[in-house]
Amino acid sequence: MIQIRDIHGGIHPPENKLQSLGEPIRPAGIPAQLILPLSQHIGAPAAPVVSVGDRVLKGQKIAEAKGFVSAPVHAPTSGTVVAIEPRVIPHPSGMSAPCIIINSDGQDEWVNHQGISDYTAVDKNTLISTIREAGIAGMGGAGFPSAVKLSGGQDKPIQTLILNGTECEPYITADDILMRERAGQIIAGAEILRHLIEPQETLIGIEDNKPEAIAAMRAAAEGTGIEIVSFPTKYPSGGEKQLIQILTGKEVPSGGLPSDVGIVCQNIGTAQAIYRAVNHGEPLISRVTTVTGNACGSPRNYEVLLGTPVQYLLDQSAFNASDCIRLIMGGPMMGYTLQDTAVPVVKTTNCILAPTVEELPPPPPAQACIRCGMCAEVCPVSLLPQQMYWFSRAQEHDKLEEHNLFDCIECGACSYACPSHIPLVQYYRASKAEIRQAQQDKIKAERSKERFEARQARIEREAAEKEAKRKARLEAAKARQAEAVKGDSKQDIIQAAIARSQAKKSGDADPAQAAIARAQAARNGTAVEETREEKQQRLEKLLASTTKRLAAAQEKLAQAEGNNDDNIAAFRTAVEKTSAKLAATQKELDELKSSTDGAAPTDDPAAAAIARAQAKRSGQAPAESEQEKTQRITAQIASTEKRLAAAQDKLATAKANGDDKADAFATAVTKTQEKLDALRAELAAITPTTATPATPVEDDPAAQAIARAMAARAESAGMSEREKAEKNIASLQARVEKTAAKLRAAQESGDDNAEILATSLDKMRDKLTAAEQALAALREEEN
Amino acid sequence: MIELISQHPFAAAVLALVSLGLVFGALLGFASVKFKTEGDPIADQVESLLPQTQCGQCGYPGCRPYAEAIANGDDINKCPPGGEATIAALADLLGVEAKPLDAVEESVPSVAYIREDECIGCTKCIQACPVDAILGSAKHMHTVIASECTGCDLCVEPCPVDCIEMRPIETTLQTWHWDKPAATEDIIASDRPSAKPSAAA
Ligand code: SF4
Ligand code: SF4
Ligand code: SF4
Ligand code: SF4
Repeated sequence: MIQIRDIHGGIHPPENKLQSLGEPIRPAGIPAQLILPLSQHIGAPAAPVVSVGDRVLKGQKIAEAKGFVSAPVHAPTSGTVVAIEPRVIPHPSGMSAPCIIINSDGQDEWVNHQGISDYTAVDKNTLISTIREAGIAGMGGAGFPSAVKLSGGQDKPIQTLILNGTECEPYITADDILMRERAGQIIAGAEILRHLIEPQETLIGIEDNKPEAIAAMRAAAEGTGIEIVSFPTKYPSGGEKQLIQILTGKEVPSGGLPSDVGIVCQNIGTAQAIYRAVNHGEPLISRVTTVTGNACGSPRNYEVLLGTPVQYLLDQSAFNASDCIRLIMGGPMMGYTLQDTAVPVVKTTNCILAPTVEELPPPPPAQACIRCGMCAEVCPVSLLPQQMYWFSRAQEHDKLEEHNLFDCIECGACSYACPSHIPLVQYYRASKAEIRQAQQDKIKAERSKERFEARQARIEREAAEKEAKRKARLEAAKARQAEAVKGDSKQDIIQAAIARSQAKKSGDADPAQAAIARAQAARNGTAVEETREEKQQRLEKLLASTTKRLAAAQEKLAQAEGNNDDNIAAFRTAVEKTSAKLAATQKELDELKSSTDGAAPTDDPAAAAIARAQAKRSGQAPAESEQEKTQRITAQIASTEKRLAAAQDKLATAKANGDDKADAFATAVTKTQEKLDALRAELAAITPTTATPATPVEDDPAAQAIARAMAARAESAGMSEREKAEKNIASLQARVEKTAAKLRAAQESGDDNAEILATSLDKMRDKLTAAEQALAALREEEN
Repeated sequence: MIELISQHPFAAAVLALVSLGLVFGALLGFASVKFKTEGDPIADQVESLLPQTQCGQCGYPGCRPYAEAIANGDDINKCPPGGEATIAALADLLGVEAKPLDAVEESVPSVAYIREDECIGCTKCIQACPVDAILGSAKHMHTVIASECTGCDLCVEPCPVDCIEMRPIETTLQTWHWDKPAATEDIIASDRPSAKPSAAA
């Protein structure tokens, strides 16, 4: 016979168990709809393996365990999955969580399943995985996946296996009736557990207020070596650590697990579920739940399919909603209020309590603490609830931890005993959450700090690198200059320049050399006036080479476009730049020629064409009308704006990447901006009615963007209808062209976007035609 | 030597004191070099209590500068993200009186959210984020790494198309917790709002 110890404190609330023990367990039946939360256990929620519309059979797995600490979910009856969506779940928060909803078909058709006839013949790991696959999670209340408990402790020798049949909380009789009616199955489950754990002793602890259960269990355990221990009734002896202390005298260390002292503890309901899973191959799809309280006309225990709505059970129990003060899931001490009767019964639901006002009156208002010490007397963990109460109110987290707040099992004995009706346990729950939150925040703050500092360091490093590079460039430039001066020391720089330009004239000089010489000369401010012929020759050469380069670049671009290369953009810019340069050279040359002998004949027809175009643009063509000019400048502004945006983007990327070209890009942006301003000024000059506010050139791109937007708005405000229409058309044309190009590219590469692009192109064209018509109408009106 | 000392007690005393002074002076000097504390320990401790949101609402460019300012005597009630809890912790550390927060209200913990189809990919928000919590590249859609975002608000303003908003962090099943009961214990029963009508009757 085992020696029983006592625990500290404890209370004796009215038991109220007899009401629901009058009748045997009755199957609750199959409700029309079952709601199965994916998270009915502690740990990661399960992941659905069925989809909406699937027909599922009873016992079929519908969601699988995700991770080690997790448990699968099975269909409790046959039917159709009608939804996988968030529903209100049984949780004190009253919040929703993902659930699988099954409409039952009433046939209750089992999936193929088979038990293990002789579990001693199979491997222990197979047995544990059978238990895991059956989705069994602690049925006493916490819902810790049982397989984890069984597989975790293999490195630690287990001396004692304890089955918890205490059921110390008032009203609940689910375990009691299970022991009375299915003692054999429980003992069989205990045997499986014994086989798995191989403990030296196996104890089943039952409070002495359940004599029938004790008798039934003793009879079933006859000759197995399993000892049924009965001990005096006291709340909360059913707590895992409390029961261990009562039966073995060992104390689980603070923050530790029972396996640390060589003990594994399981609920008797869990043992029965393990028996069904191993011997019959049935997963956990139903449980025994007590429905009681004076607001229920016929309190009793039901065998309930998991997922059954609470309302369905209440309907069978002659529930009187108007009498019920609050609906509780669990017992009166540790249960929580349900806001909604649509919530389902889950693996941990041992009781639905519907008390009347007389039965469980709302707690009277709390009074000030009178420091009587009653709370400390009843605390089963020997904490100091009164101290913790003050610390909790003052948010003194350190002190709370020093007073072992986290050892509090939230049994509520202190609140029950407090003559001032202070809801002490609520303070502890809240404080625990606060402390956990504070720890989380601390971790997050640490990480933020790290990231912030890393970023700071990176920015500094980049700045330093840039500075170093700039210095290096400066040094190099100085050195070069010094060398140049030294090399030319014998001769006058001017003479050297002349000599070189003459050499170049003779045709065999290195063009690079010549260019350097020119640049050098220009820097020294001693540039020699080129003679006209020299200049013409040089320009012609430049023109020829640029034309060649342009051709090459165009070829490359074509190739890239053909291959749908990533570098298209780069090539395109190259082509643009080269042609711009070509045009400039051509223009210079033309000017030169026209100032000497008018138009000079050129061999290259392409160059000639360009020259003509250039000449036309540069004003040799008949004078533009005011309108044309406005249009041209507007178009130029538009394109410059585009270029500016592109340049800004490049700058931003360069900055973001810490590219050392950022400076160059910045200059480009400033230059483009200046050009844009000049163009705007020109436009303003032409159309004096159009007041373009000076665009401030700022470093901040955002400010620039705002300034641009404002300028554009001001511009359009000042424009006449017709100008607006013209501008509109210009921009529409640009967009049409761009879209057409994109469409071509998309069609070539067989992109899915081609269709969308085509539609949008059509739309744009429609718009363009409409705009053109509108413009024509406007013109007519004006004329 | 002994004779000399006994004959000139005054000189002997001076000599003894001077030599003692030299010895201890050297010892102290050595200790101050050897056991020198790096940095500012008080600022470090203060910084560890600040929420590291790096939002600059305290008027300093980040949490570290504010921590240094506090160590140099600035007020402890300027951090809205930290709120009362931080003020209490700081008051505790520095042994000063806790003051009410120097802001309209405590900032609600929130996280930045980029409405991604409106983003033009200008990268301005990336440059503003003090903890590199935004991901994206030029001309491509940007997004916030919610787990790294401190909710500092700094990215909202630079966005030229206003596509960033601050969303309060919602309570989930994982973050839900019990609230503390409203402490009615300190009011005597007849003064409680609910008790009044019956008292008047
Ligand atoms: S039982 Fe209540 S009144 Fe008594 S000391 Fe504890 S908290 Fe205070
Ligand atoms: S709720 Fe916590 S403090 Fe109160 S009696 Fe139970 S274990 Fe002790
Ligand atoms: S994403 Fe925005 S709000 Fe979040 S940390 Fe970065 S800058 Fe602050
Ligand atoms: S600032 Fe706005 S538009 Fe620019 S990248 Fe960020 S979210 Fe996108």
